[in-house]
Amino acid sequence: MLEVKNLNVSIGGRKILNDFNISVKDGEVAAIMGPNGTGKSTLSYVMAGRSGYTVESGEVLLNGENILELEPNVRAAKGLFLAFQYPLEIPGVATMTFLKAALNAQRKQRGEEELSTPDFMKRVTGASSKLGIKSDMLKRALNVGFSGGEKKRMDILQMALLEPSFGILDETDSGLDIDALRVVAEGVNSLRSPTRGFLVITHYQRLLDYIVPDTVHVMAGGRIVRTGGKELALELEKSGYSEYVNEEKAA
Amino acid sequence: MSAQIIPSRTPAETALAETFGAVKGKLPGTAAIAKLREDSFGAFAEAGLPHRRVESWHYTDLRTIMREALPLAPIPDAVAIEGLRKDFAQEPIAGVKLVVVDGVFVPELSDQVPAGVTVSSLASVLSGDRADLIAALSAQGLGTQDSIVSLNAAMMQDGVVIEIAPGTQVAEALNIIYATASSTPVARFSRSLVVVGEGATASIAESSFGDGGRTGQTNGALIFAVGDHAKVNHTAALTGSQVGSIRVESFMVSLGAKAKFDSFALITGAGLLRRQIFMRFNGEDAESSLRGAALLRGREYADTTLFVEHIAPGCVGRELFKYILDEEAVGVFQGKIHVAPEAQKTDGKMLCKALLLTDTVAMNNKPELEIFADDVACAHGATCGGLNEDQLFYLEARGLPYTEAESLLLEAFAGELVDEIEDEKLVEAFRGEISAWLAARAKS
Repeated sequence: MLEVKNLNVSIGGRKILNDFNISVKDGEVAAIMGPNGTGKSTLSYVMAGRSGYTVESGEVLLNGENILELEPNVRAAKGLFLAFQYPLEIPGVATMTFLKAALNAQRKQRGEEELSTPDFMKRVTGASSKLGIKSDMLKRALNVGFSGGEKKRMDILQMALLEPSFGILDETDSGLDIDALRVVAEGVNSLRSPTRGFLVITHYQRLLDYIVPDTVHVMAGGRIVRTGGKELALELEKSGYSEYVNEEKAA
Repeated sequence: MSAQIIPSRTPAETALAETFGAVKGKLPGTAAIAKLREDSFGAFAEAGLPHRRVESWHYTDLRTIMREALPLAPIPDAVAIEGLRKDFAQEPIAGVKLVVVDGVFVPELSDQVPAGVTVSSLASVLSGDRADLIAALSAQGLGTQDSIVSLNAAMMQDGVVIEIAPGTQVAEALNIIYATASSTPVARFSRSLVVVGEGATASIAESSFGDGGRTGQTNGALIFAVGDHAKVNHTAALTGSQVGSIRVESFMVSLGAKAKFDSFALITGAGLLRRQIFMRFNGEDAESSLRGAALLRGREYADTTLFVEHIAPGCVGRELFKYILDEEAVGVFQGKIHVAPEAQKTDGKMLCKALLLTDTVAMNNKPELEIFADDVACAHGATCGGLNEDQLFYLEARGLPYTEAESLLLEAFAGELVDEIEDEKLVEAFRGEISAWLAARAKS
């Protein structure tokens, strides 16, 4: 369960999030849609703990606990996962080394035993075959030379391995062709469960054809301006965001 | 009349002159070598210790830094050798050991060399009649304009001379190990030579044992004369130098036609370390990769100065050096590629990358190209920067604590240079040294 309460965030004195509120229950897939520059990525970075943002007030509660003061790695160990809009290339770091380091760092943070290499391998091969990740991709440096679709699949593989209680997908459709989008969406859908919530951030409705949300929120001017069911996404596809942007300007 | 300013000698320079006067009669070699020593010391005395007005030493003002000249190391005696033999027995070392104790080659501590390899002491070569080896020891004049190299030529006590017969494929690495028998700080001057015959293949590693090369004052020279079609892999672990120590390692390499030369050096430690590389591409179509990583923190200091000369056509030179500087460390990289008019089709690329982890470190980075041929592909570059914040956040967001994320990125940065080493065992050993350094850094 994720709740954001009255969150106010600025960057360099410029207000980005404005009394932002949202609540996503376990098992729920909530979509946030909105025009560019409305603070969607800021929201995901602030939740994940990136530095450079000033949180003026408000709370982000993950399963009832305010995580805003925690380091990013601690938030991750507590079950928060951010799938990046553009997953980073990390030259010189082998994908397997990274996966194992991440998994074991989270386990250590939670006071759990480290995974043995055979157990780890079993989990990786199981999860990667579901996502169509070939073993040669796992042998390369993390995301280096991967296509946009491969990078997104690698991010979803990480989510499958790390088993978060809440996933944020930041513009997961960016840079994907329709086939890649379908594979990634199937990966996400396979991770949907009654104990796991998702926040899907996008500005196109297209992604929501594949990852069908329970709720749709429209974001403009750093806050949620409208909430509805999945049909709201279709409506937005027809009418665009102009009425919300204008409303914001008028306000 | 022209007035000439003669700077007064520093105490260290005076002491070096006194030492040379006292020991020159005992240093090994024929009368011709004695003359060469006199001439070399003359050249050193005239120039003095290098200082900031000498361009290649601009950043490392040895004249100011070196306040005293330590006494010359005594020749290790039987007791010292026995003690070292016990120490070696406790720490098995891979490869064929060739042990140099305080500048002196000690065959009793060294291993048998494989067929096709001949090993002798520098002292015996200097006293013998092998004109070819004597000539090779001057490294075709590489580095002779450097006063520290002149000082080495004047004072060289001993060293190891390795000859690899033409066509020999030496499977095991020949491991030159620097050790010390002295319990007080001493100065040591060694000069070693590796002659690799035509079409031969060999691996040469340099490393320290105990305090060898890590304390006192070390002026070392290693010369490679690589024949046509030969292939050489070289590594140097210049690690763990201690506070107050001064170590200058001169590395002279001449490459024959179609030769292949691969070299990696790792530098860590708190002493002053200067590595100077003089390389010449003598024959056409030779290939070389020179790499180095320096990991420095506290007030550590390391200088790599490189002079690569292309005088033959069609050679490929790659020079890649990386520095990780933390706290108040200082790094120096100077690299010059010279391409003579006849060295057409030269392909030379030199790059130095430094990661600056605090605002209080300093990196002096000076790459240069001097090109007199018109059909070449040469490039040089120098970068200084911090770790990539986006990459750090990505790793943190996946659960790695900040310091662990940092270590992973730093290890990747330096490790890239290690991975190109052909010998897997050496890759593992250097990777281990780098992770140990990173672990110690993360703890403090």
